[in-house]
Amino acid sequence: MTDTRDAVLHAAPGALVLEHVTRRYPGNTDPAVDDLSLTVAPGELLALVGASGSGKTTTLRIAAGYETPDAGRVLLGDGNAAPRDITREPPQRRGFGMVFQHYALFPHMRVEENVAFGLEARGVRKGDRLTRARIALDAVGLGDKAARPVQALSGGEQQRVALARALVIQPRVLLLDEPLSNLDPTLRQSMRDELRATLRQSGVTALFVTHDQEDAFAVADRVAMLERGKLLQVGAPESLYHAPATRAVAEFVGRAALVPAERAGENVRITIDGVALEARARQQGGAGGPALLAVLRPESLVLAEDERTPAWRGEVVGRRFAGGHVVYRVKLGNAIEVEVMGDGAGAREGARTGVRLAGVSVATVPA
Amino acid sequence: MTLRGVRSAGWGVTATAFLLLALLLWSVVYPNAAVIVGSFERGFADWKAFAASPADLDALRGTVIVSVGSVIAALLVGVPLAFLLTRTEFRGRRVLSGVATLPAALPPLVGVLAFLFLYGESGVVTRVVQRMLGMREPPWTLTGLTAVIFVHAYTMYVYVFLFVSAGLERYDTTLDEAATGLGASRALLLRRITLPLLTPSLAGAMLLVFMSALGSFSAPYVFGGGARVLATQILVSKLNGALGLAYVETTVLAVTAVLALLLLRRLEGRRRYAMAGKGRITRSTLRSPTARALLPAFAAATVILLVLPHAMVVLVSFARDGAWTTQLLPPEYTLDNYRKLAMERELWRPITNSVWMSVLATAANAVVCFAIAYVVVLSQAPGRRMLALLAALPWAIPATAIALGLAATFDRNAPFQLRFLLVGTFWILPLAYFIRNIPIVTSAIEGSLRQMDPTLEDAARGLGASRWLALRRVVLPAARPGLVAGTMLAAVAAVGEFVASVVLYTHANRPISVEILAQVRALSFGTGAAYSVLLIVLVLLITVGARWLEGRVAQGERAINAA
Repeated sequence: MTDTRDAVLHAAPGALVLEHVTRRYPGNTDPAVDDLSLTVAPGELLALVGASGSGKTTTLRIAAGYETPDAGRVLLGDGNAAPRDITREPPQRRGFGMVFQHYALFPHMRVEENVAFGLEARGVRKGDRLTRARIALDAVGLGDKAARPVQALSGGEQQRVALARALVIQPRVLLLDEPLSNLDPTLRQSMRDELRATLRQSGVTALFVTHDQEDAFAVADRVAMLERGKLLQVGAPESLYHAPATRAVAEFVGRAALVPAERAGENVRITIDGVALEARARQQGGAGGPALLAVLRPESLVLAEDERTPAWRGEVVGRRFAGGHVVYRVKLGNAIEVEVMGDGAGAREGARTGVRLAGVSVATVPA
Repeated sequence: MTLRGVRSAGWGVTATAFLLLALLLWSVVYPNAAVIVGSFERGFADWKAFAASPADLDALRGTVIVSVGSVIAALLVGVPLAFLLTRTEFRGRRVLSGVATLPAALPPLVGVLAFLFLYGESGVVTRVVQRMLGMREPPWTLTGLTAVIFVHAYTMYVYVFLFVSAGLERYDTTLDEAATGLGASRALLLRRITLPLLTPSLAGAMLLVFMSALGSFSAPYVFGGGARVLATQILVSKLNGALGLAYVETTVLAVTAVLALLLLRRLEGRRRYAMAGKGRITRSTLRSPTARALLPAFAAATVILLVLPHAMVVLVSFARDGAWTTQLLPPEYTLDNYRKLAMERELWRPITNSVWMSVLATAANAVVCFAIAYVVVLSQAPGRRMLALLAALPWAIPATAIALGLAATFDRNAPFQLRFLLVGTFWILPLAYFIRNIPIVTSAIEGSLRQMDPTLEDAARGLGASRWLALRRVVLPAARPGLVAGTMLAAVAAVGEFVASVVLYTHANRPISVEILAQVRALSFGTGAAYSVLLIVLVLLITVGARWLEGRVAQGERAINAA
């Protein structure tokens, strides 16, 4: 056998393009996916995030071919020729791989038969396809479980079998539907890193859906956020966190208090209980609309114990140990509650304290 | 260790278990053993006669052909229909779903009768086709094994349809999506994924069809013509006075049935998988426009085909006896058939007979089968595995064999051999019905009791309740859904029972089914059909009554819970 791991698993990645895709389910007035355009570059890992009902699973199913959009096109590019319109191509002809939320492993087949099934559908000879299945299983660390019935495997192992099954057909695009949601929290942490490593190594183009922003940030190169079928923002995890485009993105990604603010030249001015504090605005230029909200992350605030420096006054209503630091919840005036990162030396619940800006730049979003 | 295992059996339960065991040994095992012993009464002479008789070998061959043929025919009708109705959306789907199980509502002999009126040599459909094609002779004759299989396909596809539909409802459709996503064609998907995963449902349905066809009596009896099957051959031998031969035939039939049962049970159990995801029904419209256009027409035609037998029986029940000869449809209509049944005592008698015998048998089933299910599921009494096995046994033995066993055993008074003269009395038929329905009632109650948390009874006892109070207030309510459903099925089966009845009836206790056959034999089609309609009405009353009872109790519980 001359098959090597690379020959078995390394795909020629394609580019997946969604153009103005709309999908409306019968009986629903609001479309599940609304004029959505998105490009996944060859070899890129892109996460679709959003709350449940935001249209991310429908988008994935349209990409896979299980749903046909009412309007718009799905295109597949291979980097050389012009992209091909695959909007109406049935799933079995797209050559995509898919990892389902509950893995959808065939319960009557052994692990290796599951992995080899896509090769069977492609007419690969039995001996050959089982060899390739074993290589794929080795790659996900399950080489020794090839002959087991799938139902004897743990959740994490099943997830890896599903991944091997999708990768062994050398998909042009890999689609993953909530691939980590069925795992318990500890396992989930380690599977994130493993998933990214496996996808990176295979070089595949991957679109994956999750409702968990931490999954998205840990695995994806870029993150696209959906709300009510519309694409709100797409970009690197850092840009979504530090420069959210809308209030919804700011609220969904990370922890933040959104506080009314105004622009003052290059600065943002935030006034609470008559005390105005300023920080450098992250987005330069463009005074924006009249009403703005400052995105106050825990790390953009510090506690100010001394009474002399100008600070907002408030009461500590909660504290939470978060590994290397402590996060305080502080109730300020005007019913505004913020989270402040600290070292845990100072305030207790119930104590009065001051809060000021930490000196980093602060993002704003339209109110 | 399960909590169930902690409890030891009290002496009361142990005594009950032994009593039940004795009852089943006496009523189920003894008669069948008597048949087997009887087949050797003249040494191997009767067995040699069987092996040398062309008629018997023909009957054996016919039985196998009918059984296998019925399974194939029922699969060919039931599987596509189940897929169509659970997987696709089209105009007329709801109506078709509504009538798809209708053939199961026809008592066995009535279905056969309806086919005679429709597709027999002078049946309506036969004549329509004959006239349209301008033929002198009928285009077909409804006789022989093919006719029997045709009738079975209509009445028995329902088992396949119900089992496969239920299997598809539990089916995790993402498995199909996963397979197509991996590039599987429709054929590969069906062959490697869908059908293997439906194996338990298919095996269960095939078993049911095979067993029903194996023991089927009415269709071969009426349509068999020159073709023979064992079930009818047994009656022929008995009527000819060749009892020893009848015992051999019965033994062969019963052994075949038990072997088939063991074989298909293994297949059913080996391939049972828990589905990982949740079953989700997504009905899609077909992509092909031709198929989309043809489906409603196909649905309409199928609905007509399914309703036609019922409609035909109702129509003929208003036909004047003797007037329908060469016409397409009966020429004269009258209410006389019904009037006669109501006015003439002798004609009304089969109806009271059937109702009484069904009530007696079902009441006995309710009490005995509840006790069996309780001992099997909720106690540690010794012999409970044996009890479960014996309670399932009558299911594997064709009704003709059960009837012949009873005839062989209870034909004399010999109290020391535990034999009592029942043949020729009223009591032999209720006893036969009771035995035939033990499996279905017991398994229905067992099903309900297995869903009950077994610690509930302990909790009640721990709170100071006597065993009797716990039984009445905790166990009985838990058993109720199965009890109602099981006794309903038993009552329906008993009120229209034909196969055991035709072997064991006397003139005084003849049931409706036997009377229908007698009327048809005398060419009084109208009267026969009127009896059939009354039988259908009785079945409906029982079904509606059971639903009403179940609904009322459930409503009462809801009211209590709400208060």
